[in-house]
Amino acid sequence: MTGAPPGRLEVALRARRDAGRKLLIPYLTGGLSPDWTDVVRAVADAGADAIEIGVPFSDPVMDGPVIQAASEQALRRGTTPASVLDALRDVDAGVPLAVMTYYNICFRMGHERFASSLHEAGVCAAILPDLPLEEVGPWAEAADRVGVETVMLAAPTAPDERLPRICERARGFVYAVGLLGVTGERDALASSALVIAKRLKAVTDKPVLVGVGVSDAAQAVQACQEADGVVIGSALVRRLLDGEGPGGAHAFVASIREALDDA
Amino acid sequence: MPLGEPDASGRFGEFGGRFVPETLVPACEELERAFRSAWADPSFHAELDRLLRDYAGRPSPLTECERLSEELGVRVLLKREDLNHTGSHKINNVLGQALLARRMGKTRLVAETGAGQHGVATATAAALLGMECMVYMGEIDMERQALNVFRMRLLGAQVVPASSGSRTLKDAVNEAMRDWVATVETTHYCLGSVMGPHPYPWMVREFHRVIGEEARRQAREVLGGEDPDVVTACVGGGSNAIGIFSGFVDTRAELVGVEPAGGAAVGRGVPGVVHGMKSYLLQDEWGQVLEAHSISAGLDYPGVGPEHSYLSAIGRARYEQVTDAEVIDAFQLLSRTEGIIPALEPAHALAWVSRDRSQLAGGTVLINLSGRGDKDVAQMMEILG
Repeated sequence: MTGAPPGRLEVALRARRDAGRKLLIPYLTGGLSPDWTDVVRAVADAGADAIEIGVPFSDPVMDGPVIQAASEQALRRGTTPASVLDALRDVDAGVPLAVMTYYNICFRMGHERFASSLHEAGVCAAILPDLPLEEVGPWAEAADRVGVETVMLAAPTAPDERLPRICERARGFVYAVGLLGVTGERDALASSALVIAKRLKAVTDKPVLVGVGVSDAAQAVQACQEADGVVIGSALVRRLLDGEGPGGAHAFVASIREALDDA
Repeated sequence: MPLGEPDASGRFGEFGGRFVPETLVPACEELERAFRSAWADPSFHAELDRLLRDYAGRPSPLTECERLSEELGVRVLLKREDLNHTGSHKINNVLGQALLARRMGKTRLVAETGAGQHGVATATAAALLGMECMVYMGEIDMERQALNVFRMRLLGAQVVPASSGSRTLKDAVNEAMRDWVATVETTHYCLGSVMGPHPYPWMVREFHRVIGEEARRQAREVLGGEDPDVVTACVGGGSNAIGIFSGFVDTRAELVGVEPAGGAAVGRGVPGVVHGMKSYLLQDEWGQVLEAHSISAGLDYPGVGPEHSYLSAIGRARYEQVTDAEVIDAFQLLSRTEGIIPALEPAHALAWVSRDRSQLAGGTVLINLSGRGDKDVAQMMEILG
């Protein structure tokens, strides 16, 4: 599939990157609150280049306390994969959407059905952090068939020979895991974030975004010294858990957008 | 032959695999290489065997239960893993993994624990080898197994409550995996059952193979060269069961795993992927993992080791379920008839034998008595008044 044309997410991200823009993908947990789709529209309006929507899972092992709490809250509200995708169908955010969830959600529904559900909901891409390169094949091929892009993660622990193989399999963008650890805010950007971004940029032309441990505007700017952009999750979700609605989310994402544009 | 080596992807049939975050893939590969090399190294075996003998007290005895057999009408043999140092079979696996961790240059062990037996065993091995140890335990389990929490701390381990989700074993595994993702360069995850990503299900089974090998030899001595009709053990993740099954898989013995009715992954689950493996899993229609409910903290787990799913799928083992009430009866039965207070976990296996004794009448049953009941006495005192 190396020769397959890039999908909608990758095309959009490449175009913006090649125009000189640093990329910003906020993450938020689907079904977190009654107005969560308003938050999606608000962060799109604030300058997100794409948006990552978490489909909550009962056992999110790559997530720290904030996204764990958000997942539990969303599940308590009765959120299901179908309810998130139904809502996204009508959200009309104006930027590409990617779904982040854990593999059992996809496996339970069945690869073909999950892929077509994403496609029908207008979702461009899927991020499954517990599905590494060796296990991703059957899902990724089902996703390729309906044009859903499978974003691959690359971790600081990966040996050099692994990175080109990850990048080749990646669709949409390459998700550089910024540190050894789970999602969550940190006081400073880990030095590993710059290292993994630089290593990936050396082996791929696909957009490379750093996520996990990117907590504020300054850290986002710093990560973009090497990366094409950043994914920001816990810092936004914490604000949503604290009751900041679409307005607060808009202000936070806009502040990061501004910092990236000014840098 | 079942209970051999998994395929290159770490699968037993369709079950198993390595469903972990990218960060952990190199660590799993390194562990697999280290285990293959150690397991082929006579000096590793010599050191492990010496510890199992001089430190853990192996071989554990096989006890024929005369009064119990008479009461049930079934000839019952017990493999006495309860007599191992630290009170359960868990020490077999932990000594193997701790030696392996040292061989890999890791200085810190993390572990999950349900009832606390695996946590105590890991804390023990860490103390023995001078390693740092952190044990994650569900908040609810810390309450019902307070004695084991104290034991782990006495042994120098840090015990950290898992306070998310169901606050039991499943969540302790989540927390241990999150720790490992962050500390993988210095830390070995000392997983406590035949579960998790490849190579754990295979490696942990190999470390428990000694149970089955000893039991087979001992049973043949008692039974005049014959094997038992039935070999049975409780199944949560399934390590003690796999250990004893591995000695009898190529015999005519029927293999029976006994699950708690409230956590019967093989009996009531459907295939799913969690904690790094594909296996039977209690889950809802969307793939959300359900909470198990069992009187026994050690079996309070919604999944099961992938090799049990495989043994069930190919029909080489079958899986029965017992209720908490049946377990409470069995706990008292063994105490009263044989002077052996079992842990609540192996009391599940006895509960099945007791309940189905009319079908088993006249036959010989070997039960893996995987642990002793000291840790459960306080809980039983409350239940029985």
